[in-house]
Amino acid sequence: MNYETVIGLEVHAQLTTRTKIFCGCSTEFGRTPNSQTCPVCLGLPGALPVLNRKAVEFAIRTGLATNCRIAPRSIFARKNYFYPDLPKGYQISQYELPVCEHGWLDIDLGDGQSKRIGITRAHMEEDAGKLIHGETPETAGSSLVDLNRACTPLLEIVSEPDMRSADEAIAYLKKLHQIVVYLGVCDGNLEEGSFRCDANVSVRPFGQKEFGTRAELKNINSFRFIRQAIEYEVERQIDLIESGGKVIQETRLFDSGTGMTRSMRGKEEAHDYRYFPDPDLVPLVISPAWIEEVRATLPELPDAKRHRFVEELGLPAYDAEVLAADRNLADYFDACVTLAKDAKSCANWVMGEVLRKLKETDTEVVAAPVTPELLSGLLARIADNTISGKIAKTVFEQMWLSGETADQIIQAQGLKQVTDTGAIEGLVDQVIAAHPEQVAEYLSGKDKLIGFFVGKVMQASQGKANPGMVNQLLKKKLQG
Amino acid sequence: MKITRAEVEHVSRLSRLALSEAELDSLTGEMDAILDYVEQLNSLDTEGIVPTAHAVPMENAFRADEVKPGFTPEQALGNAPDTAESAFRVRRVIE
Repeated sequence: MNYETVIGLEVHAQLTTRTKIFCGCSTEFGRTPNSQTCPVCLGLPGALPVLNRKAVEFAIRTGLATNCRIAPRSIFARKNYFYPDLPKGYQISQYELPVCEHGWLDIDLGDGQSKRIGITRAHMEEDAGKLIHGETPETAGSSLVDLNRACTPLLEIVSEPDMRSADEAIAYLKKLHQIVVYLGVCDGNLEEGSFRCDANVSVRPFGQKEFGTRAELKNINSFRFIRQAIEYEVERQIDLIESGGKVIQETRLFDSGTGMTRSMRGKEEAHDYRYFPDPDLVPLVISPAWIEEVRATLPELPDAKRHRFVEELGLPAYDAEVLAADRNLADYFDACVTLAKDAKSCANWVMGEVLRKLKETDTEVVAAPVTPELLSGLLARIADNTISGKIAKTVFEQMWLSGETADQIIQAQGLKQVTDTGAIEGLVDQVIAAHPEQVAEYLSGKDKLIGFFVGKVMQASQGKANPGMVNQLLKKKLQG
Repeated sequence: MKITRAEVEHVSRLSRLALSEAELDSLTGEMDAILDYVEQLNSLDTEGIVPTAHAVPMENAFRADEVKPGFTPEQALGNAPDTAESAFRVRRVIE
């Protein structure tokens, strides 16, 4: 029998506020355990949570960028369960009235087709602490609780079960990831857990309307693992059904070592969270004016950028995709185009030399020693024929090292292209005189040899002769 | 009956309360009486009334995103029954 895969995704995006969602403790990553706590995030008696306004603003930003309706009124609820990483015995979350609802994202299916994936809701909540399971002989029987992360703001973004393959799931996740990073509301670091994904996966016979029973896959911290986990889980469920078994609704952990998923919770821990409105927090009311204020600060999003690069700058779709993938890279490119005008040559240089050099030197684009100003200075010297494209690459290398302008390097090293006909003619004559055999072959019809002569002349000029002029003069002289 | 003994047992397990058989019996009766009492609210006409999320008629209590000094690790761990490596130490929760 043929089966159809059904996937829904829950993403926890950690918001990049400086402080926690309900208290003034720092959210900085990787500090000494329990050095960023206070009575509120430790859940001490009598401490009262107060909502971080910035976290709300970030939630609105994300909601607007994912086409959600922003709730005029939302409330916080307590999600009750016991686990050592949860000091209060409940997590403050949103349940019945989340801050964002009914959004969508269009994903690219690769063949020019796109598909709309629904976003059910996005709600604000606090993170739990971090558990470290003892690794030394002294702590082997213990779990250690670090509450620095407790109460860090999260936005949980829940999709509709609209995805039908691991590819679609990855496309959705990458798109969402790109958006939250563009918005500056999340640093997008999967390894540090700033962007976490749970996948609800089920299968059903093709044509069946009802969904199959789903398993929730957790603990996946890279796009590659998400694909592996989904693919493994689909296989497992189909095998199970084919051999007469039944999928049970459960949480499964992905093990990146084995590439398999395994059951995590027993029946006795079946979820029963007893949500109720948190009496410590007053309702959150978001006025249309506030929404418009936030909307005005939204940056141009990846889709709009790609569209502009193609429609207004005339770039190929591939170039637009590469350049728009990262906001800083896109800004760099935009700055170059503003200065240098020729979008295609800017795109070639940014995607070619600049990206190569950034990768080679492990540098962030904002810290590139060749700034858009410097790069456009170099492009101008190519455009006005001062240097050839080939010499330009050498100049670029030196600009990267020294931070000097193209003009400074061209002048200091005498790299200016030779466009003086007399000087080039001299070289052409020398080359022709030195290679009588090749001249004879060329004249007998072996046209391709022109490349050989051009190469020789360029070599003789140390790369400085204008290649177009060399070509022209050679042809003229060789024909006699 | 508004609540069964089995439900009381379930809720006590969720609350991590170890109750004796006798306690379960008496609590079932008490909770039933409480629910019966609260049930009177159902006789009110609440048509068109927005559900109350908070007893105080107030909204939007915010704080600015500014770091405030908190506890040192020593203070944070001050009341902990057991600690190790600057962390609260509990019985291992996974194998």
